[in-house]
Amino acid sequence: MSTVQDPGTARNASKSAAAIDRAKAQGRAALIGYLPAGYPSVEETIAAGIALAENGADLIEIGIPYSDPVMDGLVIQAATTEALAKGFHVKQVFDVVRGITSKTDAAVLVMTYWNPVVRMGVEEFSRQLADAGGAGLITPDLIPDEASEWMAASDKYGLDRVFLVAPSSSPERMKRTVEASRGFVYAVSIMGVTGARTSVSSAAKDVVAAAHAAGAERVCVGLGVSNADQVREIAAYADGVIVGTALVVAIGDGGVDAVASLTKDLSTGLTREEA
Amino acid sequence: MVRPMVDAPAAGSDESAVDAFLQGGESLRHAPGPYFGSYGGRWMPESLIAALDELEDTFEKAKADPEFTAQIAELNKNYSGRPSLLTEAKRFAEHAGGVRIFLKREDLNHTGSHKINNVLGQALLAKRMGKTRVIAETGAGQHGVASATAAALMGLECVVYMGAEDCRRQALNVARMELLGATVIPVTNGSQTLKDAINEALRDWVANVDNTHYLLGTAAGAHPFPAMVRYFHEVIGEEARAQILEQTGRLPDAVCACIGGGSNAIGIFHGFLDDPSVRIYGFEAGGEGVETGRHAATITLGKPGVLHGARSYLMQDDDGQTIESHSISAGLDYPGVGPEHSYLADIGRVSYEPITDSEAMDAFRLLCRTEGIIPAIESAHALAGAMKVGQRLAAEAGASGDASEKIVLVNLSGRGDKDVATAAEWFDLLDKDSPEHEIAKEGEQL
Repeated sequence: MSTVQDPGTARNASKSAAAIDRAKAQGRAALIGYLPAGYPSVEETIAAGIALAENGADLIEIGIPYSDPVMDGLVIQAATTEALAKGFHVKQVFDVVRGITSKTDAAVLVMTYWNPVVRMGVEEFSRQLADAGGAGLITPDLIPDEASEWMAASDKYGLDRVFLVAPSSSPERMKRTVEASRGFVYAVSIMGVTGARTSVSSAAKDVVAAAHAAGAERVCVGLGVSNADQVREIAAYADGVIVGTALVVAIGDGGVDAVASLTKDLSTGLTREEA
Repeated sequence: MVRPMVDAPAAGSDESAVDAFLQGGESLRHAPGPYFGSYGGRWMPESLIAALDELEDTFEKAKADPEFTAQIAELNKNYSGRPSLLTEAKRFAEHAGGVRIFLKREDLNHTGSHKINNVLGQALLAKRMGKTRVIAETGAGQHGVASATAAALMGLECVVYMGAEDCRRQALNVARMELLGATVIPVTNGSQTLKDAINEALRDWVANVDNTHYLLGTAAGAHPFPAMVRYFHEVIGEEARAQILEQTGRLPDAVCACIGGGSNAIGIFHGFLDDPSVRIYGFEAGGEGVETGRHAATITLGKPGVLHGARSYLMQDDDGQTIESHSISAGLDYPGVGPEHSYLADIGRVSYEPITDSEAMDAFRLLCRTEGIIPAIESAHALAGAMKVGQRLAAEAGASGDASEKIVLVNLSGRGDKDVATAAEWFDLLDKDSPEHEIAKEGEQL
């Protein structure tokens, strides 16, 4: 069905792939930091995104607050509920993306449940995201099977399609998802929702290996990663490490400064130790 | 069940939309999913796709397995009490233009509603998959009680997610589930109602899918749930069709059901979808009136979107955020609807109309006083709709015909014992100092 694109040379070069490859060239994994748009305010999300980029994050994932976030744990639910209560509107995510991409070189992706995109129109959403300098979308409740509209729009606007793979993904689904993805593949480390966990699931390494075996050039691991030790553990086998909940706690408790210092600390775990 | 072969009489109604399907030789009765027109599908996290595949595979094999169908038939007969009766409501019908009205008595099933049909089927599938635990969502508690019942019968652990607000309003149903051995977990995030209970059940399912089956309570959600839940409720329509033919010698002119997610409705509609002479109506919760914004009339006023795994009509704002629904009936208080209903609405096979709280409660009281049957407030929406349909049929019959030859079939999906506090408050029947007054008043606050 779909073909594997070479992000480095494709007509629409993948911003995410380029960011991951820059990290790889430095002998380390990429750091991807998540922030929900509009928490605690749109301005602070932009400032925190810039702080992420300036303190070691290679990619930034901006979440759109949504009324029914089934893949999120309590911390992110609370943050996005607060953002919605304060009047966040979906179109403001483009202000956040533009605010960060105009000040940094980081690749900025939007993480969104699918209905807000459907409501705006997949084509229109893609156009505005590309216009704001966005790299692409991470889609936690959109699987390639339902993504024909998004495949076409992302091709048209040169956006990355980051689909998820999970410990439960069959070899067939793994192959299909890897082929449909562009930029990187998001490996869910554990069967569960977002939130800090004390240890990294042993399933994570297997998922990454399966995705690589299925042809994925870049596989990043998310869910449950909150400190430098966990980053170090995952950086040994994955192309990138995604941190969400810990950053949401940081911005909620200590604002932009706390995001900066946590990012700096997390980034110490990225360098791969020589075997 | 064998479908009796009878020539349907011409009813003089607008049959063009349906004729188009029948002329194409296409039956509407067994749509297999995952898509119903452009609706349905699997808008779900990848983590759950393997579980949905396993469920689909198990369900397809079970349907073809005589041992499974025999188990279902035996449970329906000797546990649920099927077939449920078909009762003519003669005194009630005097208020519906003088047409004949027949009630399909799902209220007489074990646990008091149609919900038992689906939970027994899914619990059997859970056993077949080797799952030891089922989870369920519930609004008022009817599906939670039914799930706890099936789990107790089959020796499965049962956890029910219920909005904290709903737990408080329905404390007795919480106790009922706990008596049956289930654990009830109040959901405190979001709007603390049914849609949030579904969100929380999905989060549990992602984390525990190895040993857990999500026993979804309505004909919505990701494939295979809509087609599977319909399958377990098809018995309603099949029985009703045979019963009405036996009692009247002909098919009804109209079939009416209430629509929340739409499981009781799709069950009875199934029996008549391919009969062009039968007009089919789904009645949504109009709440305080669709013009007030406080309603649950998803098809009437919603727009297509994706929620809880399916593309379907959805109550949503301009940003695609789900809007909270409102209805006096907790069972209809859901901002989504099953995808097959969205399809049947678009092709014009089924007409969907809103019924307000006030119209439903009038019909509720009328059925109590004319027939000695206390209906669920959900089902009272179908009764109120049937009164309108009856009056329209009578007007059409006019001088040329006799309204008493027209037949309207209503799915009485549940009994109203659970709704007595709400109804007593609505009709101001309670002593202001009574504890029941306090309970009912709190129950009205949402």
